[in-house]
Amino acid sequence: MSETAAQPQVETHTPKELVRQPLVLNNRPLGWITEQVAGIVEGRMPRWWNVAFIISFLVMMMCFTYIGYLILTGVGVWGLNHPVAWGWAIVNFVFWIGIGHAGTLISAILFLLRQKWRTSINRTAEAMTIFAVICAGIFPGIHVGRIWLAWWLLPVPNANSIWPQFRSPLLWDVFAVSTYFTVSLLFWYMGLIPDLATIRDRLRKNADKCTTGCEKLINKVKQYLYGIFSMGWIGSNRHWRNYEKAYLLLAGLSTPLVLSVHSIVSFDFAISQLPGWHTTIFPPYFVAGAVFSGFGMVLTLMIPMRALFKLEEIITVRHLELMCKVIMATGTIVGYAYGMEFFIAWYGGNPYELYAFKNRAFGPYWWAYWIMISCNVISPQLFWFKWTRTTPWFIFVVSIFVNIGMWFERFVIVVTSLHRDYLPSSWGYYSPTQVDILTFVGTFGLFMTLFLLFVRYLPAICIFEVKGVTPQADPHAKEGGADKVEGGGH
Amino acid sequence: MSKPFAIMAEYETPAEIMAAAKKVHAEGYQKWDVHSPFPIHGMDDVMGLKNAQVGWFTFLGGLTGLTVGMVMIYFMNKFDYDIVVGGKPLFSGFYAFPVAYEMTILLGAFGSLGGMFILNRLPRHHHPLLANARFADVTDDKFYVVIECEDEHYDENLTRTLLEGTGAQHIEMVEDAQ
Repeated sequence: MSETAAQPQVETHTPKELVRQPLVLNNRPLGWITEQVAGIVEGRMPRWWNVAFIISFLVMMMCFTYIGYLILTGVGVWGLNHPVAWGWAIVNFVFWIGIGHAGTLISAILFLLRQKWRTSINRTAEAMTIFAVICAGIFPGIHVGRIWLAWWLLPVPNANSIWPQFRSPLLWDVFAVSTYFTVSLLFWYMGLIPDLATIRDRLRKNADKCTTGCEKLINKVKQYLYGIFSMGWIGSNRHWRNYEKAYLLLAGLSTPLVLSVHSIVSFDFAISQLPGWHTTIFPPYFVAGAVFSGFGMVLTLMIPMRALFKLEEIITVRHLELMCKVIMATGTIVGYAYGMEFFIAWYGGNPYELYAFKNRAFGPYWWAYWIMISCNVISPQLFWFKWTRTTPWFIFVVSIFVNIGMWFERFVIVVTSLHRDYLPSSWGYYSPTQVDILTFVGTFGLFMTLFLLFVRYLPAICIFEVKGVTPQADPHAKEGGADKVEGGGH
Repeated sequence: MSKPFAIMAEYETPAEIMAAAKKVHAEGYQKWDVHSPFPIHGMDDVMGLKNAQVGWFTFLGGLTGLTVGMVMIYFMNKFDYDIVVGGKPLFSGFYAFPVAYEMTILLGAFGSLGGMFILNRLPRHHHPLLANARFADVTDDKFYVVIECEDEHYDENLTRTLLEGTGAQHIEMVEDAQ
């Protein structure tokens, strides 16, 4: 101190240390986090949940009814015909698969990048991934026409002893999507184990409070089920050590997986010879679009959820703001890809390619193209302004635009490339039928039914990880945090 | 017939249990553990634990996946029933790669999760600690040091004195009901 004072009076401006906003507001104790999250699962569901569940369930039943009708009648009930033989079913498949990608990005890539804010949103986002992949998986399955032959996709010989043909990207897709579903499920389940143990232990502690025989029985059954799935977790540090390593490895495996899944989906198009599909930009462009659409859906789900379950202190405005920034970044990449496609169509000198792109923007499907551009390129640019990133209702509106825009992106890619073949005699205008539309609407019912069941029975926020990022979880909290301690900051 | 399984000390904060774990480790105990609601960073070093071995399971799983994927495609499309499609080669590592790659990740993921369970000896639903009423707070906001009676350094009085000296707010014996 005295040394500094002795030095000549040079005014020094030490930059003000910027303090990060805390991930859990109001410096809540650890027990509060448990109570807040596990309390949702234990309590009775509010009225809005019952209403939402009934509506979702009915919409889901509509989906299954239309699928039944399709199977009994044939794919003629859809609007598909020559020349557009891939219509809404493939659009919906790519749409739903894309939605899933945000979940894996949040759980795996942000984990590897040590983005601690992911902890309060990863559980919900992973659940969303799994449910979105279920919705996606329906469409190629029912699109095969004779659905009872869908098992030909599996690596088993058919009745003539012929094996599947592995040179086709459609078969790669089967492997990519089923691996994606399985690994996402494993990753999600693994993260759930310590939290299921939390609920198991809370049920045991609450067992005395049960008065009626019925309550006691329910408590017993729940203890048993949560107990089975928590695998006898006892929070041992020797277990945590292997657990954290396995989690890291799963994140390391999921990262190339998520990048490969949408790349392979894009191969379905890019490996064909069709102008408009046959482009090398497709894999990165599809992956960026998938992350973009997925974050849109995460926000669409998360903003009402945090308000309805009073989770604003765990899923803070800062979390929303960071997600908005991801949307803006990926939306800009998508916009760049749209522009680059046009540039290459012109620069590549292939007249068919150039025609396909001109036709996209100014042909009979111009309206779809410009909906796509407005929703995907223009709307995320609003997030340059801080107010837009920190106002939940506004983010919600933009997230809906993102969802709409990304559905139209797939519609534009699939339909506008197909509807005009090389010969004008093979030109047509594709329109969906009622069955097309309502089957797709129905998948939202399936998605929401699964999601509502998830928030009802499983902890919607990763309790142990959120505890781990609070200041009081730091063993050197008193000395000012791990960063300030010698040998700290592991 | 119930017999004592371990001595259990309860703590309020990660800092307290970190300090306690240092002392227990310095005394040379082997069969002991720290239980916490979340992984405490730096605890592995304090307990003297080495790097986790889960990676080997992941590696073996991944290697199996890659091999199975490649061999499967070779067998199906070249060996057992060869069909020429578009003049492409009957087998090539390039076209077989996407599927083999997905198989690598799939079995690697199973290896990681399975390896975690195998190394942790889980599932185990009959652990004596699970029957202890107070221990249920381990998944909420309490921290525990548990020293097993089978440890060769274990002594009913000395171990208790050691734990009392670490500032534990509660110490009790855990019974093994079997």
